[in-house]
Amino acid sequence: MTTKSDMGEFIAKAYQPKGPVVLDCQVKNIYYGDFRAVRDTHIPIEKNKVTGFIGPSGCGKSTVLRSMNRMNDLIESFRFDGSIHYHNNDIYNKKIDPVVVRRYIGMVFQLPNPFSMSIYDNVAFGLRLNRFQGDEEEMVVQALKRAAIWDDVKDKLKNSGLSLSGGQQQRLCIARAIATEPDVLLMDEPCSALDPIATRQVEELMIELKQHYSVALVTHNMQQATRVADVTAFLGVDISQGGRTGYLVEMDDTKKVFEDPQQELTQQYVRGEFS
Amino acid sequence: MVYDPFKESSSSRTLSAPPSSADYLKDSLFRFFAYFCALSIIILVAYIVIELGIQAYPAMEKHGLGFITGTTWDTNQGIFSVLPEIWGTVYSSLIALFIGGFFGIGIAIFLTQSFVHAKLELTFRTIIELLAAIPSVVYGLWGIYVLIPLLRPVADWLHETMGWFPLFGTELSGPGLAPAALVLAIMILPTVAAISADAFRRIPYRVKEAAYGMGATKWEVILKVMLPTASSGILAGLVLGFGRALGETMALAMLIGNVNEISISLFAPANTLASLLASTFPEAGQLEIQALMYAALVLLAITFIVNVAGLAVQQYTMRKFEGKK
Repeated sequence: MTTKSDMGEFIAKAYQPKGPVVLDCQVKNIYYGDFRAVRDTHIPIEKNKVTGFIGPSGCGKSTVLRSMNRMNDLIESFRFDGSIHYHNNDIYNKKIDPVVVRRYIGMVFQLPNPFSMSIYDNVAFGLRLNRFQGDEEEMVVQALKRAAIWDDVKDKLKNSGLSLSGGQQQRLCIARAIATEPDVLLMDEPCSALDPIATRQVEELMIELKQHYSVALVTHNMQQATRVADVTAFLGVDISQGGRTGYLVEMDDTKKVFEDPQQELTQQYVRGEFS
Repeated sequence: MVYDPFKESSSSRTLSAPPSSADYLKDSLFRFFAYFCALSIIILVAYIVIELGIQAYPAMEKHGLGFITGTTWDTNQGIFSVLPEIWGTVYSSLIALFIGGFFGIGIAIFLTQSFVHAKLELTFRTIIELLAAIPSVVYGLWGIYVLIPLLRPVADWLHETMGWFPLFGTELSGPGLAPAALVLAIMILPTVAAISADAFRRIPYRVKEAAYGMGATKWEVILKVMLPTASSGILAGLVLGFGRALGETMALAMLIGNVNEISISLFAPANTLASLLASTFPEAGQLEIQALMYAALVLLAITFIVNVAGLAVQQYTMRKFEGKK
């Protein structure tokens, strides 16, 4: 059933994707300096699906997600060993500029981080960056509507994005990320600062987004994973070698992961026995 | 005794206790001390202005507003007016602000946006902060013996080839606006750089992350996101630098030429209010001293106006970019 690596470490059974894969993430190892943060994690992100990442704190789910658009390159000690194939190209190929990767693979962060500029300019930022030639205003309004914040801000588009409340800021950031219609959207616990109503709206947005794009979602909220994720990857923490190294335990259709998990660890986690 | 109606009726196990009378006393003492410090500054400023006003009053009565519109300072005839000095003060400071601001902000970006290794950053920072520790008179000497000889061939060439251009309209005969403004620029550079660098450092990491996450290049991140975010802090640095340039005395008295003329040319000698005060005071008679006090008051007014205007612009950018009321 399971395989072991040469060093006798557990390696999860490979998930067999049922549809086309847009982002094939094969992590051998991720290091921060000497610290081995993640090992042996193979997560294919399927096209037009929401792929959920769940697991206890420190299991490296955010690290893996951030590797998918090379956000971790900002951290000097970061070292990636493995490959992430996106449209037949390894995004860690030396010839590929991370800036180009990030234009196609957008990201929403855990904490709201709007720019100190007007609400309108925040959303138009990506459009201007990508030299969008069409009707900018229409795209901005559309993005704000899809991010479920249009009604809150329609009368104050010229106000600073920072004048909004935390939950509104996060939805503004989602609008900013989806305005350029990125091919893949990475969401790192996007709802952790939102109230239940806004959370529900963002979840609906994710389901709508996957009609055209692919979404990878890190979440601490298991109900959220069952509500929106088509496929779920469960990552665990290996403390056997002193450090805390995250690794993939199990990946399968969400229903299967939650109702009939194959690994003991997954069972315990989805039953809420530890987190 | 401190009033505490809760102790009696609370659980007998509770360790909660009200602050003691001594705690309250410390609280009041500290508050008094803070008020005292703040108030003493206000009183000091008021005292300086009033004292200056009293000393300058005879001159104010005698010269009136003509003092700031006239162009002559003649001790023998007793005609005193400071328009050329006002012009020289503002003009030299503006040039210095322009040059010093440009390089100061550039240095701040260089130091904070991970262009160099952290250790090298610290070295650069220390060197730049060292610039602020050099005494004004040393800058003056350096200007006379190094900068002016260096500038002369450049100035001559500019004047010969582009003499029709008003900025290069005269020859550099030695001291003049250009060397004075350049030295001023170097003097305000550490102020602008340090305060701007702090403004950049205050930007939360997640803002930078968001900008890179949108697929912006380093240049786009700095120009389109970091600069607007830091703008209110940068403005504060520029205002402080400008204020320092307006009031700078020793280096300017040595370099600007002390000639009461209004000229747009960068190479013409000029004068500033501070330099007029410094160079005229030692040999001034009573009437002239009164006029000098008036000039000091004018300088104070200019500095005050600049600071208030700078504060207003800063508040405006804060509202616009950061949504703060």
